[in-house]
Amino acid sequence: MTTINQYSGHTLNHHILSVLVQNRPGVLARVAGLFARRGYNIFSLAVAPAEDEGMSRITIVVDVESTPLEQITKQLFKLIDVVKISELDPRRSVERELLIGTVKASDESRSHVVELVNIFEGKIIAVAESALTVSLEGHPDKLDDFEDLISGYGIVELQRTGRVALPKLDRNARLRALSSSPTPNTGKAG
Amino acid sequence: MTAANSGPITGAEALIRSLEHEQVELIFGYPGGCILPAYDPLVDSPIRHILVRHEQGAGHMAEGYAHVTGRPGVAMVTSGPAATNLVTPLMDAYMDSIPMVGITGQVPTAAIGSDAFQECDTVGITRSCTKHNELVMSPDDISMAIRQAFHIARTGRPGPTLVDVPKDVLQATTNWYWPSDEELFSSLPGYRPNVKGHPRMIKQAAQMILEAERPVIYAGGGILKARAAEALRELAELTDIHVVTTLMARGAFPDDHPLCIGMPGMHGNATAVSAMQHSDLLIALGSRFDDRITGKVDSFAPEAKVIHVDIDPAEQGKVRRPDVPIVGDAKYVIEEIVSAIRQLQSGGTVQADTADWKSTLSGWREKFPIVYDQSEPGQALKPQYCIEQLNERLAPGAIVASGVGQHQMYASQLIDFTEPYTWVNSGGLGTMGFSIPAAIGAKAAHPDKDVWAIDGDGCFQMTGQELVTATLDDLPIKVALINNAYLGMVRQWQEMFYDEKYSEVFLNGSVPDFVMWAESMGAVGIRVESPEEVGPAIEKANAITDRSVVIEFRCDPSEKVFPMVPAGVSNDELILHPQHAGDAHHLRRPENR
Ligand SMILES: Cc1ncc(C[n+]2csc(CCOP(=O)(O)OP(=O)(O)O)c2C)c(N)n1
Ligand SMILES: [Mg+2]
Repeated sequence: MTTINQYSGHTLNHHILSVLVQNRPGVLARVAGLFARRGYNIFSLAVAPAEDEGMSRITIVVDVESTPLEQITKQLFKLIDVVKISELDPRRSVERELLIGTVKASDESRSHVVELVNIFEGKIIAVAESALTVSLEGHPDKLDDFEDLISGYGIVELQRTGRVALPKLDRNARLRALSSSPTPNTGKAG
Repeated sequence: MTAANSGPITGAEALIRSLEHEQVELIFGYPGGCILPAYDPLVDSPIRHILVRHEQGAGHMAEGYAHVTGRPGVAMVTSGPAATNLVTPLMDAYMDSIPMVGITGQVPTAAIGSDAFQECDTVGITRSCTKHNELVMSPDDISMAIRQAFHIARTGRPGPTLVDVPKDVLQATTNWYWPSDEELFSSLPGYRPNVKGHPRMIKQAAQMILEAERPVIYAGGGILKARAAEALRELAELTDIHVVTTLMARGAFPDDHPLCIGMPGMHGNATAVSAMQHSDLLIALGSRFDDRITGKVDSFAPEAKVIHVDIDPAEQGKVRRPDVPIVGDAKYVIEEIVSAIRQLQSGGTVQADTADWKSTLSGWREKFPIVYDQSEPGQALKPQYCIEQLNERLAPGAIVASGVGQHQMYASQLIDFTEPYTWVNSGGLGTMGFSIPAAIGAKAAHPDKDVWAIDGDGCFQMTGQELVTATLDDLPIKVALINNAYLGMVRQWQEMFYDEKYSEVFLNGSVPDFVMWAESMGAVGIRVESPEEVGPAIEKANAITDRSVVIEFRCDPSEKVFPMVPAGVSNDELILHPQHAGDAHHLRRPENR
């Protein structure tokens, strides 16, 4: 079994890489192909256009059992389309993930499911006679807990997006953000 | 865009014009359906095209050209089966950091993904064997794709790139433009190779070099890529430190230099292997701690600190964690290290006493030269003897290419390389069939030089047909064909590690008739079966300049390459030639140092 990280629910062997890439055809295949060829494990992956035009950000949670993270980032950086890589320390980053799931909800259990969704501040997005489709956004650990609890009622289908993450603003930046308009924290290409 | 540059032209014309702008003088290629449009403007271009006999040949020729010039070699072929035939040379170039640009035709854009005739996912297939590749979907993008391909291939850690161009993109029209440097750089925001090493690390390296008592310079192919042979020599001479040159670095430091101890590794000489094992400081310059060098990694050079200079940051710590990692161009960094050492010395730092070490090394060199048993009169020819005789008769500046197998190892052990860029071989991938086309590519680059291919009977049967290309395109090479009737290297492993159980390694030796085959391709064929014929045959080959020559040396099938470190075994357990077996204790590391 994997050891539990004392800071949060994810395992010690997981690291978050935030990879800024040029948004060109095949870039995801290049990244995925590199992981496959060098025997690195991807735990989760999320890709979407980034704030800069022509760029995408790939958030990769890597499983570093056998390969040092350093080797993974260096090999990744050799890809011509990779512009910037940041390793995000879970303690100094904000992480979010989205879950949608269809859960069995019979007459007896429906109110329990609804209650759980409410406690977790999720949403009910579709209702049928014997099932509910719910959505929940938040820290991946919170989603893990929710998934655990809800599984007792019977999960019909469930999909998570994989985590996205950005560095936490430092304290001063947070204060500035409170007093003025939010400063984007983008980590521009160097 | 300048007025002279403007005006609509076809994508094919843009492609050829882009190659001209990259100062391409030679293309090794083979036409076919999807690349056809590009062959039309080629007729009117000053670029010389060499029509090969197999696309793999085109790729290896491009590599051979790049090996000896440092400039990217170009191979242009059609889609589908031609593109897949190019995969081996691309991977070979990738492993050995050879700058090369592949250009492939592709089915028309509308047909991509439909399993059209001769369609294959070329960029998908070649993604992991190129430094970068690109499918060009508009004629407007051709010039930029070509500029990027050449820039990426030759800068940083060199390597192969590939541009895949659909037929309709070649046929469509575009307004010609040639991207500026700024446009090129800003199109590649993620590509900024680091050339200059970190000044603090360089100082630290200089300090460590002066403190070491048993230092060794471990020079790799990066020295040649960075054109750093002069700088390396300066460093070695300034510090009086011995140099090992890996299989990829033969010639980077002259074999006749008193500080040269030759090739380390699986079939390296005992001094080079043991020097690294005993060393207290490895100065790795453009070398990558390949498994053929390190043997069992855990016991490789266990007492050594490591300075690792490499332009590829991913090589730092990939195999062995360096004490001083320096990411940068070998030439630049070595020059900086030299001046840092000079500065320390003029500040009063005195180099540690290396006298004991130097006498250990010279003792080993005397005791453990490369040896083999000479053949008794009437016995079969020894391959080593043939290569020694060739070594003595090589014209000045001659280039030697080799295939893969025992003959490759004999060549790397027994040829004295005194100049850089005179050794062309397939190191990382170990591609049988490399030598004939690579030699032809080298000859195309240097028509004035003698180019020898030292080949095996197995290798020659993979790509020997390219001698037709050599004949018809007037690129005469000389072939020393070591015919030992076997896949000799595999036979050696079966003899040593599989209880002499020979399985599928016998090639026959008289079929094919190599002399007839050579003659049929327009070359001169010479068969040599006894020692006294060897020298005269080589001299005859040297005298023939208008045609290729194949000398078939019929050799002893049972000869083995020594020394040898079996795969995965510690370098401490080097197997010496039986003549030296009694002296192994001289190489043992002291128990407590
Ligand atoms: C394309 C390819 N196939 C297989 C091998 C494995 N292999 C390495 S050396 C060797 C034998 C080479 O035979 P030959 O060319 O006769 O050279 P020799 O060892 O006899 O000198 C083989 C089969 C290889 N390196 N490359
Ligand atoms: Mg053979």
